[in-house]
Amino acid sequence: MSQATPPAPPQPPKPQAAPPQPKPEPARAKGLSAQIVQRFPDVKVDWMKERRLKVTTKPARIKELAMFARDDLGFDHISTVSGVDWIASNELEVVYFAGSVKPGWVDFVVGIAERVARENPVVPTLIEVWPGAEYNERETHEMFGINFQGHPDQSHLLLPEDWNDLPPLRKDYVSPGR
Amino acid sequence: MTVESEYSPDADRIMAVSLGPQHPGAGHFRIKLWLDGDFLVRAEPDAGYVHRGEEKMAEYRNYTQNVPHLERPVILDSSNILLPYAIGVDELMGNNVPPRAQYLRVIMSEANRIISHMYFLGILGIFVGHSTMIEWSMGDRDFWIDFAERIGGARVTFAYVIPGGVRNDIPQYAIEKGLQTCDWFEKRMDEYEKIFLKNPLFLERSEGIGVLPSADAVALGATGTVLRASGVKHDLRRDEPYCVYPELDFDVAVLKEGDSWARAYVALLEMRESVKIIRQALKKLPQGPVRLKLGPQPRVPAGEVYSRTEAARGEMSYHIVSDGSPRPYRLKIGTPSFKNLRALPFLLRKVHVADIPVIYWSLNYWPVEADR
Repeated sequence: MSQATPPAPPQPPKPQAAPPQPKPEPARAKGLSAQIVQRFPDVKVDWMKERRLKVTTKPARIKELAMFARDDLGFDHISTVSGVDWIASNELEVVYFAGSVKPGWVDFVVGIAERVARENPVVPTLIEVWPGAEYNERETHEMFGINFQGHPDQSHLLLPEDWNDLPPLRKDYVSPGR
Repeated sequence: MTVESEYSPDADRIMAVSLGPQHPGAGHFRIKLWLDGDFLVRAEPDAGYVHRGEEKMAEYRNYTQNVPHLERPVILDSSNILLPYAIGVDELMGNNVPPRAQYLRVIMSEANRIISHMYFLGILGIFVGHSTMIEWSMGDRDFWIDFAERIGGARVTFAYVIPGGVRNDIPQYAIEKGLQTCDWFEKRMDEYEKIFLKNPLFLERSEGIGVLPSADAVALGATGTVLRASGVKHDLRRDEPYCVYPELDFDVAVLKEGDSWARAYVALLEMRESVKIIRQALKKLPQGPVRLKLGPQPRVPAGEVYSRTEAARGEMSYHIVSDGSPRPYRLKIGTPSFKNLRALPFLLRKVHVADIPVIYWSLNYWPVEADR
């Protein structure tokens, strides 16, 4: 190319990235976790955000804590039950995420977690606290192999009836072709 | 679950029947029924026929690769299933999503809400033997699919909402055409109300059928249209505002009846609000970029997030755990259909067999979304 390229038109100044704003202290989550810790001193507060709080307790005390969250704090609406396989520390985690439809906490989700060893994991069911957790727990049972003691029906919900491999969401289960 | 004693004087009278899964309107989903003559004694939903392991798949793909497959569970509501994922990843990365992208996210999720509700009402019409409804709604739904196609480039799965913003900008003519569609559709909904929702034939089939009291709706974890039709005014667009919903003026539709009719009517009321939202958002759309440059493999710091938004069927939520690697360590999708599934065996008690399709479909249940 012999012709000189025309000078580039003046570029508009690039928008400057806004300086990172200091995050406001999650006051509500802090107040809520203080209430929980006051009643259950052995509860570990995992993280707090503006509209979220996650606490961990022992499987033996989770039912009591869940009842407290439902009746005294107002988290009456189960959102999801999630599981996490922490294979490095040889633990399985179950998290109940509960929201609220009562005024005051409608924008808030509290996560109540428990951890058990990966070998023979048994935790109590929380159907009595949140009846809506029934299918969620059934799914967590088949996907992670966690036994929810007291659950009326832990047969396979999403997996085929004849599935006899490892629970698929465990980290040591490898998808076919991977 | 116990068998109601008044219906089981002796076990020989009870007949077990399988409804589905060969798509008899149920859609890749089976309901096990225990019948005493024409009466339903007990029902048990059997989900899982279309389970694809989306959550396991997500652990093998990075945060950008996860976008197209995560919208597959509910292709007619695909922007709404991606929105909480994008919001969650944005939160983990600390992304400051540009305002124009926030508006476009709202526009697309409201368009998807209308597309989804139109499908819902159409199939409900078929289930009660009102064929006009499916013909009207499938035809009119196409105008909204056209609207979404002008923005997203595809007719069902747009992969439009992505972490850091939206995939592309809206063309100017799509704004003008979109405002026309809003005006036309608003008038059209009056006709829907007359010909379908207030039609004596439809009222006869749906009024007082499958009543879900509000206390039970909350306890069973029902969400979205099911919850609001039972008199609980809970809508995350208002209660836990995200994107630019606080800047827009809309009402939350809520009804007290809790029956199948209310669950259908609340969907129509919501579509009216969606049109209002889309019109305002199209007019207010600010200038500016629509996405952040994150690269093909975004770096997501270690952390944990729980994000939720109001999808067409209710609360869509993601629990994302990142360990700092390019792929999510754990990604849990909480879909509204799965949350509403627990209400089905509760409602399918002491009802006639002929009422099963109406109750089932009034829950706005989408098997693929529930199975993931």
